[in-house]
Amino acid sequence: MSNFEPVLSRNWNVADSHTLKVYESRGGYRSARKALTELDPDKVVTIVKDSELRGRGGAGFPCGMKWGFLPKDRKQTLMCINADESEPATFNNRILMEKDPHQLIEGIVLGCFATRATTAYLYIRFEYIHAFRVLEAAIAEARAAGHLGKNIYGSGFDLEIWVHRGAGAYICGEETGLIESLEGKRGWPRIKPPFPAVDGAFHHPTVVNNVETLCCVPHIIERGADWFKSIGTPKSYGPKLYCVSGHVNKQTCVELPLGVTCRELIDVHGGGVWKGRKAKAAVPGGISMGLLSAAELDTPLDFESLRKPGCLGLGTAAVTVIDDHTPIIDYLYNTSRFFAHESCGQCTPCREGTGWMYKMIKRIKAGGGRIEDLDQMATFANNLGIMPGTTICGLADGAAWPVKNAIAKFRGELEEYIRANQNPAHAVKPIQTAIAQGRVVDLAALALSAGTVPALPSNDLLSDGSSHAR
Amino acid sequence: MSVETSIESKPTLLSESLRERILAYVPRYPSKRAVVLPALHLVQELFRCVPYKAMEEIAQLLDVAPAEVHDTMSFYGFFTQAPTGEKRVWMCRSISCMLRGGDELIDRACSKLGIEPGGASADGSISIVPAECLGICDYAPAALCDDGRIFGPLDDASTDAMLAEIRGGKST
Ligand SMILES: Cc1cc2nc3c(=O)[nH]c(=O)nc-3n(C[C@H](O)[C@H](O)[C@H](O)COP(=O)(O)O)c2cc1C
Ligand code: SF4
Ligand code: FES
Repeated sequence: MSNFEPVLSRNWNVADSHTLKVYESRGGYRSARKALTELDPDKVVTIVKDSELRGRGGAGFPCGMKWGFLPKDRKQTLMCINADESEPATFNNRILMEKDPHQLIEGIVLGCFATRATTAYLYIRFEYIHAFRVLEAAIAEARAAGHLGKNIYGSGFDLEIWVHRGAGAYICGEETGLIESLEGKRGWPRIKPPFPAVDGAFHHPTVVNNVETLCCVPHIIERGADWFKSIGTPKSYGPKLYCVSGHVNKQTCVELPLGVTCRELIDVHGGGVWKGRKAKAAVPGGISMGLLSAAELDTPLDFESLRKPGCLGLGTAAVTVIDDHTPIIDYLYNTSRFFAHESCGQCTPCREGTGWMYKMIKRIKAGGGRIEDLDQMATFANNLGIMPGTTICGLADGAAWPVKNAIAKFRGELEEYIRANQNPAHAVKPIQTAIAQGRVVDLAALALSAGTVPALPSNDLLSDGSSHAR
Repeated sequence: MSVETSIESKPTLLSESLRERILAYVPRYPSKRAVVLPALHLVQELFRCVPYKAMEEIAQLLDVAPAEVHDTMSFYGFFTQAPTGEKRVWMCRSISCMLRGGDELIDRACSKLGIEPGGASADGSISIVPAECLGICDYAPAALCDDGRIFGPLDDASTDAMLAEIRGGKST
């Protein structure tokens, strides 16, 4: 670990690192030239497979295996580069694109050569305005220098990269949401199968890869699969860009071997918790992954270890530190608001569930909480997501995990909060309880009470008849 | 029905050069519909909103139904039906910014300008839009102007300074 040599970020501090001249002067495009002129595409796939490079976009799927899923008899292949990076607290793709765009372009050339894709769409979130400009300039430079275009290096391989800008929707980071958005539609994730490798963008076999995943590829080709596997922890190989933000002294993005502990990231690289305080908890890899308690901070941040403390996974390896002055309800309020806002609305459990959880948490925060709300929330959380099998995409799992983890790890604090913060103005009204319990409500009384519900004695609205009011 | 009327009606809103800029995207994609998002971006940039008439004309250019353009347009929080201020400023409310006071700074900026979150100032110079993570959490609490400028880490004073800078010295 001590002699770890950063590769993904090695050019970041070099002046004009975004230019072709600097990139080439530091050995850039050597891997692409070597692969295109000396190697067979399948050999590139094999090397990447052997390296056991796992996708850096959140799911951790083995990259070489994904490339291997493309049908053998395909006519045309497309590559989509996922630069939508919208997982809260994550910004490593942005820096990769701003500081070293040619490293990414070289990775795209290699990925496309390996998969025989001749068109690549780089889907970048609109907010990355500077990165977009840098990329457009870099692609033009690369094209002029013959790293892109027709018959690259005389190899007979053609490649065009088009940058496609998003429009402020988190769900377009999900690979099939991205594809729908690229096609000019709303970003509604698709039901899988078929997987994009078989039927993707414009019905062509399509590979979707994250920016950082592709940035690893030139280094793997140059230094070999064994080098890559010499870094990291079992099943989590290679270097990784970690982000750390929130209640730390230094909010930053740093390249480390996979498997650094959350505590080391915070104390050594993030300069420790701010204001001399202690951490109460930390988000391990973007808010979708859940929460580590202070006692769990020695967990290694790799693809395997985060399951033990009950987190969803490594996600984007973006850590947010929460100090001991912050109520956990504030964290829950923030995360539930995010998911309720970003649910695409396609699946009922996700659309309704994220909305319910947000409203409930908002009510608790405002002083209308009941202890049983915590169980109710846990029930919601356990009923939405790919994990219980009720939704199309993983956004719902991401919405569930913060709730599941917070209730499991901070139940005492949440109960205490509810007891200590009671405000009758936000309390649940008897009529709401009656409706929730499926008791019959007298609609006429309800209509009369419109606007004055809080003042009405609850029993006026309830009857015990057996017929349904509807 | 609206498809036919739009085929008949003469384009009046999108200038010839804007139409050319939109059509320049067509060769990039196997389908014309894929140009809807780039086209909406060009229109939003120029008009600072996407009027319905523009959607009809985009639809005509790209051989899709106006309803399809509208469907796409309305899905993305980015496009607006009412004009935004000359500069749009997104202020982050997601986790890392929130923990460092982001929500309060949004309130502060809006009350300084006398607007609701999402609204434009009376002189039309600026809009403040609460946003989910902008991917600039190393600047948290952070804001992003639609010309690409990044602001942060913000506090009360630098939020005020940001507003003044973006509005070119206009006092609130
Ligand atoms: C709700 C949701 C949002 C996602 N957002 C992103 C994203 O912003 N960037 C990204 O690379 N992957 C994102 N992913 C993961 C992608 O679906 C996909 O797994 C990834 O782009 C594949 O690339 P990789 O194998 O190289 O990691 C998201 C997934 C979900 C379920
Ligand atoms: S799980 Fe949620 S975000 Fe994903 S497709 Fe269903 S409704 Fe949309
Ligand atoms: S959390 Fe605010 S920019 Fe990422």
